[in-house]
Amino acid sequence: MQSIIIRPKKKISIEDARELWRYRELLYFFTWRDLKVRYKQTVIGVGWALFQPFVTMIVFSVFFGKLAHIPSDSVPYPIFVYVGLLFWQFFSGALSETSSTLIGNQAIITKVYFPRLILPLSAVMTKFIDFAVASLILIGMMIYYGYVPRLMGLAILPLLLLITFMAAVGMGLFLAALNVRYRDVRYVLPFFIQIMLFLTPVIYPASIAGKYSRLLALNPMTGVIQAARAAILGTTPINWTLLAISSFACLAALVIGTAYFKTVERYFADII
Amino acid sequence: MPPIIQVKNLSKKYDIAHQRGGYVALRDVIATIARRPLRFAKAKMKTAIGTVTKEEFWALKDISFRVNAGDVVGIIGRNGAGKSTLLKILTGITPPTAGEAVMAGRVSSLLEVGTGFHPELTGRENIFLNGAILGMSRADMAKNFDAIVEFAGVEQFLDTPVKYYSSGMYVRLAFSVAAHLEPDILLVDEVLAVGDAEFQKKCLGKMEEVTKKDGRTILFVSHNMVAVQQLCKQTILLERGKIKMIGPTEKVVRAYLYDYVETEKVEWEGLAGDEHVRLTHTRVRSMEPAGRFHTAAPIEIEITADILQPVRGLIFGFTLFSEFGYELAYTLYDDAENSLPPTVEQGPFIKKFIIPANTLSHGTYRIEPDIGIHEVKRIVQDEGQLVFTVEQIAGLGLRFPLPHGKGRSSFFRPAWAQEQQHD
Repeated sequence: MQSIIIRPKKKISIEDARELWRYRELLYFFTWRDLKVRYKQTVIGVGWALFQPFVTMIVFSVFFGKLAHIPSDSVPYPIFVYVGLLFWQFFSGALSETSSTLIGNQAIITKVYFPRLILPLSAVMTKFIDFAVASLILIGMMIYYGYVPRLMGLAILPLLLLITFMAAVGMGLFLAALNVRYRDVRYVLPFFIQIMLFLTPVIYPASIAGKYSRLLALNPMTGVIQAARAAILGTTPINWTLLAISSFACLAALVIGTAYFKTVERYFADII
Repeated sequence: MPPIIQVKNLSKKYDIAHQRGGYVALRDVIATIARRPLRFAKAKMKTAIGTVTKEEFWALKDISFRVNAGDVVGIIGRNGAGKSTLLKILTGITPPTAGEAVMAGRVSSLLEVGTGFHPELTGRENIFLNGAILGMSRADMAKNFDAIVEFAGVEQFLDTPVKYYSSGMYVRLAFSVAAHLEPDILLVDEVLAVGDAEFQKKCLGKMEEVTKKDGRTILFVSHNMVAVQQLCKQTILLERGKIKMIGPTEKVVRAYLYDYVETEKVEWEGLAGDEHVRLTHTRVRSMEPAGRFHTAAPIEIEITADILQPVRGLIFGFTLFSEFGYELAYTLYDDAENSLPPTVEQGPFIKKFIIPANTLSHGTYRIEPDIGIHEVKRIVQDEGQLVFTVEQIAGLGLRFPLPHGKGRSSFFRPAWAQEQQHD
């Protein structure tokens, strides 16, 4: 029989990871709950995961592609922008979802113990499933425009997803913890995300920034989206420098986010 | 065999600022720093060096006790004594500031039933979700599923979203999941405040069955002295974050109640309750002109509440306890109605109850308001309590004083039939 020892909490220990693993079933249940609830309350259900990026893609294609003639690395603009949107919406959706997840579940947090990390993680998982659904449209578009991805390109996709996932978790944890302490975070966040959209090469190619593109790559999504376009559409070769900078930024975000989350975690139940 | 729960010097400190502010706006913090950067730095320095100490509040201070496997231990004390904080630490919801607790086994809590229920999900889905949140493995859930459904009595509604459940069904289902957790150590906080009398009986029965059959260890936090006495052999009395007494339940409960009885309180004003009903005022007074409580004067009990939202199935009444903690009488405002009273609308709600003269024997009595919603919840815990002492002004009174009491342990005033004089 295992003993549970309760002591004043240390900041970070290896025990946290072990505990997280023990509670993996709960991660699954929270993700399942969020998806189920979301699709139960809507008319077209899972269709929303398709509808949202699809409509955004069309609007962007008309205004930025057709009317503003934004360059798209000589790829049809719709598919160009959709690859960007796919990753961007996963990332931004995960950010806004994680930032409110602790507040949204405060009834549970103040009543039951489980590793609090589970909540933001499940929020990112939920968005990941949306991402998977929305990539069906990409496959359709690739068939329509006749793009065959290269094997080498497909091989790098898991890495790109991992970076996006970790960046979202890192920044999400930071925001989630911040939001418990300072409730105005949720009002600032939508604005912040909107600004971020324009600082990320979603509607324009990363190359547009020229020599400043490395600065742009401090935003983890820059490297990811550039590499994703290169891998899937074969536009330009993968810019490894950008990707490296972005991975580094992503790791930094993950470390800072987790550390901050763990410090505040001790007081969640007291101040929430 | 080592004890199953070992608590050593457990303490929990809250910063009052944290408590009061709840949460702060980032905007304000930034604004303060921007406007007075020097002053902010100075204040930070002072706290860091320790010349300015934050206002502290020890919710628990140096709590130590042991519990053996299979024991049911009660935890009693007034509001704010630290009962709930103790349970919150033992479940891991909030970490202690100092000390440690070792729990040799799986712990689960019934801090509040229905935690994590989602209104949009069906009964079946909620059983699984709630089970997972409370720490049940999927295998256990599959095994216990039928028992849970049966205990809750919701077979026909399993695939209905719980938002369409009556509040009673909802609570029953929630309790049922929690009751089937099968932990080694069960922490219970005021579950009995949930539901109606019949359901409470069922829950008490279930808890007794659980401990007797499986030898489970239970820590039971309650304001209900009768339940504590029924269930627990040992009881811990907390007062202002410290253990005041620990020992056989009967002794501890008596000490606790005696404490209550010490403080006469004939009027209470305050705010207690939730978004539905708020108790604002309770008063007990003698209807004799001089206002003294004695056996020959009727006694009036008045309870005032604010109804904030229309309530169906309002429970509104009180329990009368003797100074020894025995429940003497329980009454609700609609006891005499033939049909269920209609929804109570918003506004003030005042009810008076009169105890006729020559009813209460002399002694000290305690009145505990009972306000709630039928089958849903109890709204007022131990707020609004009144304590008053009835005196004997005629007759010899008590000739064989009880060890701790001020009066008889009986309810009614002794009244012997007068022998008729025949000439």
